[in-house]
Amino acid sequence: MTGQNGLRPARPLAAPETAAPAAGPRGRAALAGRIGSTQVIYLALAGVMLVGWLLVAVDGGNFLTLETVVGIQQRSAALGIVAVGQTLAILVGSLDLSVAYLISLTSLVAAEVMAGQDGGIVPGVAAVLAVSALAGLANGLIITRLHVHAFIATLGTALIIRGVVDHLYDGPAGSVPESFQRLGYDRLGPVPVSALLWAGVAVAAWFLLRRTRLGYRIYAVGGDEEVARLSGVRTGRVIVATHVLCSVCAGIAGLLLAGRLGAGAPTVGTDGGYDLESIAAVVLGGTALAGGRGGIPGTVGGVLLLAVLDSVFNQLEVNAFVKDVVRGVVIVAAVAVYARRTARRRSR
Amino acid sequence: MRALRSMGPIFLVLAVLLALIAVANPFFLEPAGFLAFLKRAAPLVILAAGQYFVIVSGEFDLSVGSLVTVQVVVAARLIDGSEPATWPVLALLVALGLLVGLVNGVITTGLRVPSFITTLGMMLVLSGAVFLWTGGAPRGALSETFRMFGRKDLGPVPWSVLVLLVAGAAAILLMRSDFGKRLIATGDNERAAGLSGVRVGRTRVLAFVVSGLAAAVAGILLGGFAGVSAQVGQGLEFQAITAVVLGGVALGGGRGSVVAAMAGAFTLEALFTLLNLHGVSGALEYAVQGVIIAAVAMGTVRLPFRRAARV
Repeated sequence: MTGQNGLRPARPLAAPETAAPAAGPRGRAALAGRIGSTQVIYLALAGVMLVGWLLVAVDGGNFLTLETVVGIQQRSAALGIVAVGQTLAILVGSLDLSVAYLISLTSLVAAEVMAGQDGGIVPGVAAVLAVSALAGLANGLIITRLHVHAFIATLGTALIIRGVVDHLYDGPAGSVPESFQRLGYDRLGPVPVSALLWAGVAVAAWFLLRRTRLGYRIYAVGGDEEVARLSGVRTGRVIVATHVLCSVCAGIAGLLLAGRLGAGAPTVGTDGGYDLESIAAVVLGGTALAGGRGGIPGTVGGVLLLAVLDSVFNQLEVNAFVKDVVRGVVIVAAVAVYARRTARRRSR
Repeated sequence: MRALRSMGPIFLVLAVLLALIAVANPFFLEPAGFLAFLKRAAPLVILAAGQYFVIVSGEFDLSVGSLVTVQVVVAARLIDGSEPATWPVLALLVALGLLVGLVNGVITTGLRVPSFITTLGMMLVLSGAVFLWTGGAPRGALSETFRMFGRKDLGPVPWSVLVLLVAGAAAILLMRSDFGKRLIATGDNERAAGLSGVRVGRTRVLAFVVSGLAAAVAGILLGGFAGVSAQVGQGLEFQAITAVVLGGVALGGGRGSVVAAMAGAFTLEALFTLLNLHGVSGALEYAVQGVIIAAVAMGTVRLPFRRAARV
């Protein structure tokens, strides 16, 4: 929000963590702060796993079975991929509410183009990447060129995609060849292929943020767009590029879900609640909603935390609605903890 | 004059839409036809007015949609068709709305959680809790007295239009009071407002309370109008925010008028009506809505607010 932005201390242009080794004590302090945030989420994750394990043990079950672990990985992969993309958008100071409908659309595009043929896989994947990149481009241009707030711009795109999808499809359509469905179900040893895909996307995004110029610029624009612009960053391009990447991540999640379902489904994205859920996971991972602060490791932790909670509840056969209540409380509580830490650092 | 210029576009768009509706359906020009439109629009307009208070103070309220659902589901279960239960339950619903607003406000200002997250969490908690309580599907029934507000008329004028008039007048008076000025100051520059003696936190909490109250009233109207369902409030939070933005109110706070926000809600409702009249299928309606939102937002929101308004 405005006021919080106003109160936020100015951040150096480059992502501080990469500058840390050379930057002396102040850089190290920033580094400690950054690691702290990620540590919190992983500590929370470990805590939830421990409590979950105890509760399930008391209930007479065993939480840490191979089956559960594989289940957690498989369940979290799609949300994880979307959340990685959403992290980029939020870091640049934007957000994307259109990902859920885009996932539905791309699952349909994939299944329709592939039409059950092995030969259709390459064109199918290419079509999905093209469609999602285009959607991201539209989001980015509406935000930067037409100066529409990201919230409204991506909500508008979401409505447009929803209209098109609902108009053309009543139910599942197209089909995905057997070989592509392996993406959803196969595993290498204990690791599902979908989890590897998620890990690949996460590592790529992490590399982008920490090791490339675009990554530094994303932090810079998210930290303070005006300062970034005055320092010679073409902020509009950075925002557009980020939205394209965010949408491509949603497209990859759409591919994964099409592989899992064996077909495209017009409601797969919204049923999963991927829009708000991915934003929640990102924020749960310690990335500031105002932009410029946070990163991929936190998001991965946030997604895993949500998945572990889900898994514990499933094993305890807790009512589905209790899950929502707990999830809401956990998200708010986590962000309250981060806010408190930030405030304390600021006053030091 | 400046206020007029910034509010102008939305009224122009609204006038054009109303004229198009009148051309497609002459009944619209008769009092009964127009009142029917107002009646349909009332819940969204009231919600938009409530959302305006939160947005102008620099925050969001994403919980209003699920709050409306909760109101309707709770009312149906508690009243269960019994007339004498109506008034106590109405009082309870208003109290519930105020309480949810208070909690949203206190968490946002006290714990410094961005309101996007606070109200998102509240949305999950509310929808989870209410369905936990009812076991998954709404049960019970509303009484006739309860439904009166949403569907019956007092003489020629529907009750909901009267409620709308009262709520609209209250919103305008509230914005003209000292509270309104403090609210705008808070949204415009929290620090400056705080330094000049505004109790920023308390002002924001009150804004959330107003939004909760508006959701309670909208829920009561919608329950009467549309009946009991688990979907009654779905997506209303986005519609309300869209309406406020269409009215030229800057996300991020400090700018825009409550009258324009309500006009934004009328515009959305007029758009839905027009699309219905032209037999645009339910699905394409969303697409057209998306295009028009983008276009109108472009036309009305020319203020350099994007930076100030990061979520």
